[in-house]
Amino acid sequence: MKLMRFQRPHVSNWSPLDQFESLRNEINRLFENPLAGVSENFNTWAPALDLYEDKDNLVATAELPGMKKEEIEISLHEGNLTIAGERKVEKQYGEKETQRSERFFGRFQRTIALPKTVDANGVKAAYKDGVLTVTLPKSPEAKPKQIAVSTN
Amino acid sequence: MSTMTQTEDRTTREYNSNSGGVAQSEPQRGYLQPPVNVVETKDGYILEAEMPGVGKDGLEVLLENNELTIVGHRRSFEGGEPLYRESVDRDFRRTFVLDPAIDTAKITARVERGVLTLNLPKAEQVKPRKISVE
Repeated sequence: MKLMRFQRPHVSNWSPLDQFESLRNEINRLFENPLAGVSENFNTWAPALDLYEDKDNLVATAELPGMKKEEIEISLHEGNLTIAGERKVEKQYGEKETQRSERFFGRFQRTIALPKTVDANGVKAAYKDGVLTVTLPKSPEAKPKQIAVSTN
Repeated sequence: MSTMTQTEDRTTREYNSNSGGVAQSEPQRGYLQPPVNVVETKDGYILEAEMPGVGKDGLEVLLENNELTIVGHRRSFEGGEPLYRESVDRDFRRTFVLDPAIDTAKITARVERGVLTLNLPKAEQVKPRKISVE
């Protein structure tokens, strides 16, 4: 089942030094945590996305730590849910020396094809503890119907 | 390139001291290692760690000698059948070796929107001071 389509996010502040830094981080991470594997998008951010289903809704969750509500864009188009946004550096801390820089800042975009039709007008989104939860009510035709069997 | 000075991972230290070898498997197996930013200012260090899904209640900051461990317990989404999953259902954990200049009694922690920020101030006597010339 091919469920998602990945679109490469725009990479903003590129510099050769950053590339070295993230390569080093990536190598360190591999040594430290072989289970994690290589990040699928080197030096870009592809937030982890989950999709759940209950009786009435599809629920998508995305790990977006350190964002502001206003920086998250959610759109629904032809059965595809897109979550995009830009994470900006919030605190500059004045004069400083960077020792580790593993967090990604910049634009990201994730799109997931929804396996059921949903009611676009009833979509709700909440952001808590750095996790975005999008609740998409299934349209009536996508819900299971109970058909009464008549006896005669 | 960043200088691996005082605030460093246990694993980085192991790797550095293990000439030509591969880092030994460390005691944090089975946990997710949160990505961190660490900056040093004249007053101390600031560490930011990404732990989405971890609130104040799920957070532990442990200090043992000069080792600081951050642990984040998270609740995964309940109330639905998973159709597709990329998130990993594991807690976060990572250990750092602290610069001895840090005044461990004054460390503060705050978690906001899934990002833990630790403030690790240096002890007063080790801060750079400007000495006025008479």
